[in-house]
Amino acid sequence: MQREGLILAYSPLRGQEAAQIGSGIALDLARDFAFPTYRELGVAVAMGVDLVGYLASYLGIWHGGLYDPMASRFGSINAVVSGSVLHAVGWAKGAQLSGDGGVAVTYFGDGASSEGEVHEAMNLAGIDKLPVVFFCQNNGWAISLAAERQIAGGTVAGRAAAYGIEGVQIDGNDVIAVLHATRQALARARAGDGPTVIEAMTYRAGPHSTSDDPGRYRSLDDEQKWLSRDPIASFAERLRAEGIADEQFFLAASAEAARAADAVRAGLAALGDRPGEELFDFVFANPTATLQEQKHAWQESTHD
Amino acid sequence: MTESKSTVSGTPATHVRMQGALNLALKHALAEDDRTLVFGEDVAKLGGVFRVTDGLQETFGIDRVFDSQLAEASIIGMAVGLALHGYRPIPEIQFDGFAYPAMNQIVTQMARMNYRTRGAAPMPITLRLPSFGGIRAPEFHGESLESVLAHVPGLKVVSPSSPNEAYQLLRQSIADPDPVVFMEPKARYWNKAEFDPHVPVSDYLPIGRSRAVRSGKHVTLIAWGAMVAKCLRAAELAEEDGVEIEVLDLRWLKPIDVAGLEESVSRTKRAVVVHEAPFSGGLGGEVSSIITERCFDSLRAPVQRVAGYDVPYPSGALEDQYLPSVNRILRAVQRVLEYRRG
Ligand SMILES: Cc1ncc(C[n+]2csc(CCOP(=O)(O)OP(=O)(O)O)c2C)c(N)n1
Ligand SMILES: [Mg+2]
Repeated sequence: MQREGLILAYSPLRGQEAAQIGSGIALDLARDFAFPTYRELGVAVAMGVDLVGYLASYLGIWHGGLYDPMASRFGSINAVVSGSVLHAVGWAKGAQLSGDGGVAVTYFGDGASSEGEVHEAMNLAGIDKLPVVFFCQNNGWAISLAAERQIAGGTVAGRAAAYGIEGVQIDGNDVIAVLHATRQALARARAGDGPTVIEAMTYRAGPHSTSDDPGRYRSLDDEQKWLSRDPIASFAERLRAEGIADEQFFLAASAEAARAADAVRAGLAALGDRPGEELFDFVFANPTATLQEQKHAWQESTHD
Repeated sequence: MTESKSTVSGTPATHVRMQGALNLALKHALAEDDRTLVFGEDVAKLGGVFRVTDGLQETFGIDRVFDSQLAEASIIGMAVGLALHGYRPIPEIQFDGFAYPAMNQIVTQMARMNYRTRGAAPMPITLRLPSFGGIRAPEFHGESLESVLAHVPGLKVVSPSSPNEAYQLLRQSIADPDPVVFMEPKARYWNKAEFDPHVPVSDYLPIGRSRAVRSGKHVTLIAWGAMVAKCLRAAELAEEDGVEIEVLDLRWLKPIDVAGLEESVSRTKRAVVVHEAPFSGGLGGEVSSIITERCFDSLRAPVQRVAGYDVPYPSGALEDQYLPSVNRILRAVQRVLEYRRG
């Protein structure tokens, strides 16, 4: 869709499907809450978020998208790397105070793990044993910087020990392993045993975003190596090998996926032009007099 | 760097993009002074997301041009530490909005160190900050921080509007002993214009001076960064109606060229300030105050401000509704021309 000019700039999740779907489906939508970055389309799919509303963000319609993050239990798209990691800790504090059994799952990358806020978050969560899961997708890259140059000590999960919390490094391309690890972390948190850092080892198979040029910093060889670990292909193989699914199943699944994608495309096209007045909406719960004057001036300026 | 040679009125002229001019300024600064260092997210291998630092690591090595980890407070904190060790750091923060995570280090440390140490520890840091909007980017990639930064004592703030300005202002910022925030208008990175890197330094305008990029006698338009080009466009259109607009590229947002504003507006007697940042508390208010204080007796109309609205910088689809348009600028010009004292 981006190539058709429909989408402005998009951060593809290709390569990270297992990490996102496997973790996203583990959440209890009645109690838990996910805090995504800008690359969590897979989590959104797994959690049943309105995808037209989600992708509206990449159409340049509204930064946070048009879906309702509170009803979806899936926070708004956040362009600030590590911006919402502390929110998960605060949300988890709320869950602990209210005793509602909810767990916060915060998504962040290998790059984000360098931000001070992530360290602060793990420390606070460790002290109060808050019900939060730090889900790090280590996809090997933060735009052009390789994870080896990002993570002193080599692992994000390894840092957990210093904060007195559980830390596990898992194969992020194995959807079953991801599902198990996430369920375990959620159960621990719910039982009052505190936070877990899950470091899902995966690979950003595509460019950082549709305006990126990975050829400048990584080799085709590097990208080719990933092919043998393609999470979708390897899971399909496993389903076949174990006789869980036959060709009929895969044909039906692809047809279903194509239908769903068509519906999203149609939904996005139907959004059409948005009213320019939206520029002035939601700045405050109730607009100030100055803002109303500015809106009025804007209306006049568009009518000549 | 992309260069194209052309011949204008018999003299060879080079046309480059602002991105290329900035790249050359960094190259020259790195070549001339071993104490200069370039670092920031994705600046080395990738050459920066806007390719401003392209090729610098190949030329100057991994000790002098290096990729920072993804931590903005660390980038500025490291620059301060390096400056304390005698280096002249040229850090980059990838986008305007990601200066916010570094704000503590910028405000409480980088801007204050010289003062705190009674001049013993100057901070010759040039913080390159791709700034402003106009490129249909995600949230926090279109912010205008100039009034926030210019309000911090100890920081100098500058924004170039053309390749020549970009080259000269960056060289001056790097040579300056104080911390300078260098706001690069990303909407203008790819615009080509005539370029001459050989202008002798003695011919550069001093720090803090504005430049009249078009002269006129009826009204002065004051702008910086990407808004300068918009004001020039407005001036061209107004000329067709016989209105002669002077366009003043303010360049330095701290210190502001008080004398330059006074000189221009006392001649034209009318002024309009244009900026992308939200209206309330924007630097337009400061400029307007200076003009009112200095030119009160000659002013024929209250100074007008054309600015962004008091809303967060919007998503791509609403960007054109937010940014000052040529039409809005022309209407403000009309208002000051038609103003009659009551
Ligand atoms: C605070 C902040 N700094 C810089 C950026 C620019 N930026 C966007 S994504 C990114 C890399 C993020 O890498 P990582 O955390 O590994 O996540 P990934 O993109 O690999 O999913 C950078 C530097 C940003 N959005 N926010
Ligand atoms: Mg990453």
